[in-house]
Amino acid sequence: MDVQQFYYDNKIVKKFIYATLVWGVVGMLVGLILAFMFLFPNMTDGIPWLSFGRLRPLHTNAVIFAFVGNAIFAGVYYSTQRLLKTRMFSDALSNLNFWGWQLLIVGAAITLPLGYTTSKEYAELEWPFDIWLALIWVVFGINLIWTILRRRQRHIYVAIWFYLATFVTVAVLHIVNSMELPVSALKSYSAYAGVQDALVQWWYGHNAVAFFLTTPFLGLMYYFVPKAANRPVYSYRLSIVHFWSLIFIYIWAGPHHLLYSALPDWAQNLGVAFSIMLLAPSWGGMINGLLTLRGAWDKVRVDPVLKFMVVAITGYGMSTFEGPLLSLKNVNAIAHFSDWIIAHVHVGALAWNGFLTFGMVYWLIPRLFKTKLWSLKLANFHFWIGTLGIILYALPMYVAGFVQASMWKQFNPDGTLVYGNFLETVNQIIPMYWMRAIGGTMFLIGMLILCYNIIKTIQTGSKVTDDLAEAPALEKVTKHRTANEGYHSWLERRPVKFTIYATIAILIGGAVQIIPSLIVDDYIPQITSVKPYTPLELEGRDLYIREGCVGCHSQMIRPFRSEVERYGEYSKAGEYVYDHPFLWGSKRTGPDLFRIGGKYSDNWHLNHFYDPQTTSAGSIMPSYRWLIENKHDRSNITGKMEAMVTLGVPYTEEDIANAEESMAAQGLKIEKNLYNDPDFARIYEEDKKYSKENGIEFVDMRDREVVAMIAYLQRLGTDIKIKEAN
Amino acid sequence: MLKFVKGHLEHIDGVEIFPIISLLIFFIFFMGLFWWVFTMKKSHVNEVSNIPFEKDQNNQVL
Repeated sequence: MDVQQFYYDNKIVKKFIYATLVWGVVGMLVGLILAFMFLFPNMTDGIPWLSFGRLRPLHTNAVIFAFVGNAIFAGVYYSTQRLLKTRMFSDALSNLNFWGWQLLIVGAAITLPLGYTTSKEYAELEWPFDIWLALIWVVFGINLIWTILRRRQRHIYVAIWFYLATFVTVAVLHIVNSMELPVSALKSYSAYAGVQDALVQWWYGHNAVAFFLTTPFLGLMYYFVPKAANRPVYSYRLSIVHFWSLIFIYIWAGPHHLLYSALPDWAQNLGVAFSIMLLAPSWGGMINGLLTLRGAWDKVRVDPVLKFMVVAITGYGMSTFEGPLLSLKNVNAIAHFSDWIIAHVHVGALAWNGFLTFGMVYWLIPRLFKTKLWSLKLANFHFWIGTLGIILYALPMYVAGFVQASMWKQFNPDGTLVYGNFLETVNQIIPMYWMRAIGGTMFLIGMLILCYNIIKTIQTGSKVTDDLAEAPALEKVTKHRTANEGYHSWLERRPVKFTIYATIAILIGGAVQIIPSLIVDDYIPQITSVKPYTPLELEGRDLYIREGCVGCHSQMIRPFRSEVERYGEYSKAGEYVYDHPFLWGSKRTGPDLFRIGGKYSDNWHLNHFYDPQTTSAGSIMPSYRWLIENKHDRSNITGKMEAMVTLGVPYTEEDIANAEESMAAQGLKIEKNLYNDPDFARIYEEDKKYSKENGIEFVDMRDREVVAMIAYLQRLGTDIKIKEAN
Repeated sequence: MLKFVKGHLEHIDGVEIFPIISLLIFFIFFMGLFWWVFTMKKSHVNEVSNIPFEKDQNNQVL
């Protein structure tokens, strides 16, 4: 048999590990800053690009796409070559994948703090980045699939299936969810509106968790856990069941993010049913991972790599048990919008993704640099401080979520809310936010210790070189099944067919849930009194998006007595038909804003933006002073309205032609309203006079950003008038 | 819980067939999956689950 020699590309693995560590520190640090903002809301006072609303998407994107994303590539590039006994198909594509991905991250790190965001969670990046991400993802896919086609290993190991499913599904999700109409270089509107947008977004959001944070990591688990424990996976048969049932079921579960919302009930219930089913494959996978360590538990005591992996798999088990639990409507009624969800996602991110990455890095680095880990003691210390960090993060957040949700729902015997002031429920859980910040600090310290240990290890090691390997070339065999060959073993050597079947498995669920929402006309019952936003309101809405208000404020009143009492009439699907994109939100750090319109005076809003603590004692909202100083942008309003018309919003030609006049008129009206407050009139006039005397350019109140924002807020939820029952 | 689903679906023509189709898709999918898995040969299972550990063999034999 002709044995061929070839080299495994280790340098690309090294690069991705470095990127994982650097971006990991950045992502976690931003997270920690956000955690401290709950305690010191004005710590970045007056700096727009360091405000909570803008940093939150940076944190989630940095952790998901930069930290976890680079870890995925590092692990995939290392294991794929070895499992297929070949070098990656193209060094050029590998490097394009690497540098293209880093460019994307740098782009995100610059544009998100500057307020360029679509506001759709985990898909906040604006349209040029969406295109770039799709291209780089395809580069990765081509490289992966061509490597598979050139393999010297007949059968494709289960880890590679997970990588393939990841590639295909992320591509589908990203493209469908990123359908948007550009209006300028860094601004676009979602092609979908309201309920449809919410459905598509959470189909994406849920499956980003499934196919970016879960399936690739399961592939890594199926490779690195057996390698680290030096024994094969507990049950290969179970891994087959795990793979197919997981990808088949996961894709249906998205609507559980929208329970009790204005999404049609059948779609909500379908999401719930599949979420419950999901428990079976998830736990099958967890059990398979843990039982791989059967007979090797003595090693777990001494080997930090295995310790990290055991906690990672346990974390996977916990969050996938909690997921189905949270999707039950009665549990979701409590947990949704609360800090419970924050606890849930951090068990997944810190334990499952974080710890599996750490275990993988501690295992890979000594092998790549042909040396031993510099300090086992430090690695063990990292393990303990990290584990305690996770506990100290998650437990207080569970308590906070439960306490706050219970307070939101508590009634007096006379039918009024016990905690009618939202802030009472916030102030109650501040100690929990303290504990969370301490837990997060511990986790970050662990991460820094890892970096130090890795740098020291690299210094003692030798230069990374490509490993020489040898294997015979694959002989050509029939594409048909041979005698006695089982169906699956045949499929395992037919990668293209395999990928097609996996694609079909994931498309069924998405198609059933999403296509009806896009093609059935009466999917959303129309409400005739609901009208498009005025130009000034539209501009205000864009500012609402820019500032990331959606990160803390929902716009979705669920049909509960407690919410109707607190916020007003529950939200109807027909009220969102002109919302490109939807802004329902997923967390209530502050109150829901859907029916905020008309609740407070224009002056109240102005004062509140200037200094939230003066209007609402104990508020943890930061000041938005720059909204009050900056002039709002009218230059592209016709372009924006025309884009909305393309998307189906019924602005007339007259509306568009008169847009600027309409903005000026509505702005002037709000300015006049503001004069009702003598304090405002006095300060504003003094300010005007001072500017005039000193030759400073003065922006009229009617032209400022805050006026557009007030116009939008005062419009919210006012299109339908609810008749009182009495 | 069914009261939430009913109202929305019952005015679709021929809606009765949908649950039956769904059940069939599921039943066939999972039965097929288990049939694959249980009919796999032990030797093949051993071979593939050892792929991460092999240095120089590549399972030429089918």
